[in-house]
Amino acid sequence: MSQKQYWTGLEELNNPAAHQELAQNEFKEELPFDLSETVLGASTPRRDFLKFLGFSTLAATVVSSCEMPVRKAIPYAIKPEDITPGVPNYYASTFVDGGDYCAVIIKTRDGRPIKVEGNEMSSITRGGSSARVQASVLNLYDKARLRFPGSPAADGKGMKNVESTFEAIDKMVKEGIGTKPGYLLTNSILSLSTKEIIAQFLAKYPNVKHVVYDAISYSGMLQANEASYGKRTLPTYHFDKAQTIVSLGADFLGTWLSPVEFAKSYARGRKVSAKNFKISKHYQVESNHTITGAAADNRATCRPSEMGLVATALYNEVTGGAKVALPSAKLTEMVAKAAADLKKGNGMVVCGSNDVNVQIVINAINDKIGANGTTVNWTTTSNLRQGIDSEMVALTEAMAAGQVGSVFIHGANPVYEYFDGKKFADGLAKVPLTVSFAERMDETAEKCKFLVPDHHYLESWGDAEPKPNYISLMQPGIAPLFKTRSFQDSLMTWAGNTTRFEDFWKTYWTNKLGSQANFEKALQDGVIEPAGDMPIGGAAFAGNVNDAIAKINGKKAGAGMEVMIYQKVAIGHGGAWSNNPWLLEMPDPITRATWDNYACVSPKKAREMGAELTGINEVEPKKHVITVKGANYSVNLPLIVVPGMHNDVVAIAVGYGRGLNVGRAGASDSATGMGGRNAYPFASYNGVNFEGASAATVTMTDQLFEVAVTQTHNSYEARPIIHEFTLEEFEKDPKILLKERYKEVGEFAQPLLTEEGKESEEEKVMDAKLDESYRTEGTLYDNYEYNGLKWGLSIDLNSCTGCGACIIGCQAENNVSVVGKEHVMKSHEMHWIRIDRYFSGMPDNPDSIQTVFQPMLCQHCDNAPCENVCPVSATNHSSEGLNQMAYNRCIGTKYCANNCPYKVRHFNWMDWNGADAFADNAFEDYRRDDINDDLTRMVLNPDVTVRSRGVMEKCTFCVQRLQDAKLAAKKLGRPMKDGEARTACQQACPSDAITFGNVNDKESNIYKVRKQEHAERLFYVLEHIHTLPNVNYLAKIRNTEELHSGKENDPKNIKDGFLEDHI
Amino acid sequence: MCFKFQHCVVVLPSLQYKGKLIFKFIHVPESILQLFRISSRTALAVIYALILFSNTATAAPDGKALFQSNCASCHNPLKDATGPALKGINATFPSKEWGYNWVHNSAAVIASGDKMAVEMYNKFNKAAMTAFPQLKNEEIDAIFAYVNSVTPSAAPTAGGTGAQSEGSADSNGYLYVIITLSLLVLVVILWKANQALSRAANDKEGIINEKEVPLYRNKVVIAMVAIVAFIMAGYWLVNGAINEGRQQNYRPIQPIFYSHKVHAGINQINCLYCHAGAEKSRQGMIPSSNVCMNCHKQINEYTGEKDMPLKTAEGKVINGTEEIKKLYEYAGWDPVAKKYKLNADGSIAATPIKWVKIHNLPDHVYFNHSQHVKVGQVQCQRCHGEITEMDEVYQFAPLSMGWCINCHRQTQVKFDNDYYSIFAKYREEIKSGKRTGVTVEELGGTECQKCHY
Repeated sequence: MSQKQYWTGLEELNNPAAHQELAQNEFKEELPFDLSETVLGASTPRRDFLKFLGFSTLAATVVSSCEMPVRKAIPYAIKPEDITPGVPNYYASTFVDGGDYCAVIIKTRDGRPIKVEGNEMSSITRGGSSARVQASVLNLYDKARLRFPGSPAADGKGMKNVESTFEAIDKMVKEGIGTKPGYLLTNSILSLSTKEIIAQFLAKYPNVKHVVYDAISYSGMLQANEASYGKRTLPTYHFDKAQTIVSLGADFLGTWLSPVEFAKSYARGRKVSAKNFKISKHYQVESNHTITGAAADNRATCRPSEMGLVATALYNEVTGGAKVALPSAKLTEMVAKAAADLKKGNGMVVCGSNDVNVQIVINAINDKIGANGTTVNWTTTSNLRQGIDSEMVALTEAMAAGQVGSVFIHGANPVYEYFDGKKFADGLAKVPLTVSFAERMDETAEKCKFLVPDHHYLESWGDAEPKPNYISLMQPGIAPLFKTRSFQDSLMTWAGNTTRFEDFWKTYWTNKLGSQANFEKALQDGVIEPAGDMPIGGAAFAGNVNDAIAKINGKKAGAGMEVMIYQKVAIGHGGAWSNNPWLLEMPDPITRATWDNYACVSPKKAREMGAELTGINEVEPKKHVITVKGANYSVNLPLIVVPGMHNDVVAIAVGYGRGLNVGRAGASDSATGMGGRNAYPFASYNGVNFEGASAATVTMTDQLFEVAVTQTHNSYEARPIIHEFTLEEFEKDPKILLKERYKEVGEFAQPLLTEEGKESEEEKVMDAKLDESYRTEGTLYDNYEYNGLKWGLSIDLNSCTGCGACIIGCQAENNVSVVGKEHVMKSHEMHWIRIDRYFSGMPDNPDSIQTVFQPMLCQHCDNAPCENVCPVSATNHSSEGLNQMAYNRCIGTKYCANNCPYKVRHFNWMDWNGADAFADNAFEDYRRDDINDDLTRMVLNPDVTVRSRGVMEKCTFCVQRLQDAKLAAKKLGRPMKDGEARTACQQACPSDAITFGNVNDKESNIYKVRKQEHAERLFYVLEHIHTLPNVNYLAKIRNTEELHSGKENDPKNIKDGFLEDHI
Repeated sequence: MCFKFQHCVVVLPSLQYKGKLIFKFIHVPESILQLFRISSRTALAVIYALILFSNTATAAPDGKALFQSNCASCHNPLKDATGPALKGINATFPSKEWGYNWVHNSAAVIASGDKMAVEMYNKFNKAAMTAFPQLKNEEIDAIFAYVNSVTPSAAPTAGGTGAQSEGSADSNGYLYVIITLSLLVLVVILWKANQALSRAANDKEGIINEKEVPLYRNKVVIAMVAIVAFIMAGYWLVNGAINEGRQQNYRPIQPIFYSHKVHAGINQINCLYCHAGAEKSRQGMIPSSNVCMNCHKQINEYTGEKDMPLKTAEGKVINGTEEIKKLYEYAGWDPVAKKYKLNADGSIAATPIKWVKIHNLPDHVYFNHSQHVKVGQVQCQRCHGEITEMDEVYQFAPLSMGWCINCHRQTQVKFDNDYYSIFAKYREEIKSGKRTGVTVEELGGTECQKCHY
């Protein structure tokens, strides 16, 4: 069943009049024009029009008669040898944000980093990246970064207006450490050299203790692993080797532990084709709706407090113990099936719970099913998280008791992130010496006495050891922009070591690697790894399962509503990301909302609470505000309906509701609610671990709050654009999709058939000629022959996880503008590639919801509807199959966007990047305006035009990269090789869902995907309108029994011909 | 006509470029053949080819070209520069072999402790000579032969052609205007004469003449004048709008009177020696002052005041030695102590020179020098004009889109570059003689997104 009913939101499913009107409206906002019937009756009649016309002609004449400005060309005074102006340099480095790790390549142009890509030499992240990695380059140019050391101002607004020196602060710090107990509080540190320096510092000051604290804690897992295997560490998970994957609340494709690494290996285990039907089966139990749940084959929901129960049930099922009563039939059924599959071998269970007992049960299951040593690796472990919750609690208690003499805080922001931030802040006030290394004045730094800002990672030397013996070196892409000093240098200075960290680090690694040559090679590669495959080994389980189960059972599972905190794929734990406009404007993969946080609830619950689902809460940006009240904390947040949420769960994202000094984009306004609310205080401490969920009550208020949700922008009005099959269907008849396509467009192949007298050989046509004969026979026009190059792009819907790395990768590469919340609400967002999210299933039954992602970008149609309607031929077709857009020719009629069936063209309603050219012009949307700054603009790619107001823009297939690759090949005097020209989205994708290349090259991957390996899954969106796209999709194959089809059996829809004839 | 002239001017210096010389000699006959094929269609091309051929035939022996592309940046045949004067220097070498070794790798000869080598090294402030392992012995001989043949009176001969062709275009225009005007006058006279005659005839035949209307009240005339005025005003307006922001012949005053004529013309320094980016980058690259100092550590005065006085376009005489002193200020060089002035942190106290940018492309245009210089092997002069004749650089080309497109339409790509093997169809057609070459346009070189993205 390929065409089930997909819907982007309830408004589309229910299709009320208000939604229909909106979907058919070209403009979302009220137009500033007077559309009266009679021209003279209008408030701006003909005379006014003539006045305006006369004025603007005159103004244009005056302006254009001005002389050209004199421009300067300033060369280097002394040119660095390795820089050629205009030619990018690439440096291998390492992205580290606490425990988040990615091996990267920094692209610098004329000495400034403009793009970050994954490093393909790393066997951990394998060239993948995430939205945050891609966006990290913008953080470098963040206006809110601290520019010199000093102390917070007394009024809480930024720094004291006196620029202190490091020397002055060093002196005071050294004097202040004293002999009272002190603490060095950091997040998980992956760097070996930094650990060495911390050891030196602690040796110099034996009264100081090092505490590791992670905002999102994995302490439960670490402690469980210690109890089960005697190692306080995390294992490496090999998703590619797993035949059955069971995840209990772990969003491993989006936010859990190491999503880039996992997305890579997960996707490799799910490459299905007509030659290979063996793909992994993925069961997901979760409380909210994550992208991992969307990718899952079978999905069920439970309350966060019931996760332990599910783990116990699974354990008993695997070991053949007593059946555990589960809250829903679907869960019972799924646990039984999952257990049966797990027992077949090559299984794996992961769990997102931070409860040590639940994790012990998970360890026991993995042990019983033989996962240890096959899919769960205990030989090559993972260092990504090291924080232990109880140590952090002890520190807070010690501070509150006034026993602490000094606190040094690096990479952590407990006043904001700690569940009892207020207690931490109060404790901090009692400590005589408090030092923060934060790069901006976050909530904790505000409360510290001294601020010694650290470099950004793109300005730093360093290293990381994500797994033992897997080393990744960090080198800067730019000299420090501001008067900052590395954390390590500060510690070394205070420990009395006069070496600079840079030199220490070089010596450290040169000695470790044996020679200067080895060091240089490692620096160039960016990674040092043992030869061969990653060693895999198991470990003997020695945990006490029964005790753990007893403890789980001892806790009463909740019965009413529960509130849980979760991380958004874009914003993560908060930190600097909260102030990153690219990430704030990236639509959340599931909710498609931007800029704020909100309370996610299920449709059923929303209706019960009295939020109408077809009017205000769905069609309009205004959302009902609800009060969510936990044990000690309550917030008012707008309600967003998320199908697939458990009916008794309300989920709130962390990373919002930030302090005033975090930055303009991130700071929340307590009066208006702009910028969201902090959700961390909903967490709690159960004596052993932090818990991210608690019982809650929700009540409706009569307030409304606008949230910029993009889910129904660019509506397809229910036209069939996705093909999805179950593995069973596909295996039974691999040509099932080909047959459907043949039914649709095969008639154009008929003339060829009858000519050759081979009517019976339908199959032959389907296999070999469908594309070509439809291309030539489906039109009245002559066929254009593409000589030489012909670009094509393929997107595998089975691999796409919806993570959004491509969106931000594209944004960084192509200078895609940030428009701000106000304009997102008007459908003005500019992303060249968006990820459309479609639900199917019954909205009231969260377990029936299946979610598909479809990245949508310019399809570069060979028979493009947009090209025909442009009155000035600003958009036309190239001999390489590109749909070209010449900005300087565009006059902004928007005909092309209206005629585009894929809705991928975006109009520049404002001068998004240069609005500050006139004074007081930039402050239209307070939160996005820091984008219009000389510092922030350093991130722009000089090879791509920055579009101004009044022109249309859209995906170019990264033409600047194609031209660059062609030029490089020409200079070498050889044909271009496959893979030399890559689009930014393709390069960013952590799951290799995107293939790009020259279709005319029979050796290219794109040719092989289309014609050989995945020909059976190939389809084009809206193929029957003969647009001949150069972008194709590969059908989604879900390894499940049934595809839920929502309301397609509703007689009303059948009667209306809603599914069949709505095209 | 004008355009064609520019072509042939261009060819001459093409023989001087580093590394491309050998290529030229292999390929010139082939390109001539190609041009002859075209010549069957256009007589102009024949002239072009003949001029090209004559240039090739009368070109100096390769010694000169080799000298200019490899040696001229540091050596003068007649006097000491960064390196010694080269005329007759080979006679002082202990042996021919010694000379070859020196050129191939002078550092090795010095390292071997050779007395003469060490002396020379010390004499020229221990400035190490670039190694030229790629030069063959015969080529080195040719260079010595050339430098030994140079006499002090040698003066550049090229030039003037561009200006002449421009001048001829202007005089043509005048001619047309004069012819058109005189024809117009003739028409009016004839018309009046015709009228007068017919009036006379009418009088004779007794037909009553209509009352004579003065010219300025003649409706036909008024209509004609109005239409012509409208068309001309429209033409003026549109043309003005199109030329908005174009700066052909823009010749700003620069912070240092740097004469390309002296450097690239008289001293024949390879363009790419200073503008190294032209082969690698989208930017041709203005050299940093330390590149200038490679030579100007030694050359601290302008000695050509008598033979080649430096003059601005307005005719003001410039003291070249003073201009070199300005460079020293920027570069942080102390000409008396013969060393760089240093900052407190030990770095050289140099400040960048703020040149006035002459060639400003319109907004939204991507232009890549290396594409044209390295791949297309277009000579610098084709777009920048007779730069070797310019004391002050001006913008030679209009840098308009029409000008770009025109060249893309007419220029054939170097189709023997293996990159183009993917265009199998064109290769076939060339093989079968159906076409003589492939223009940039035929490979999509006039499509919007080749330059606008």
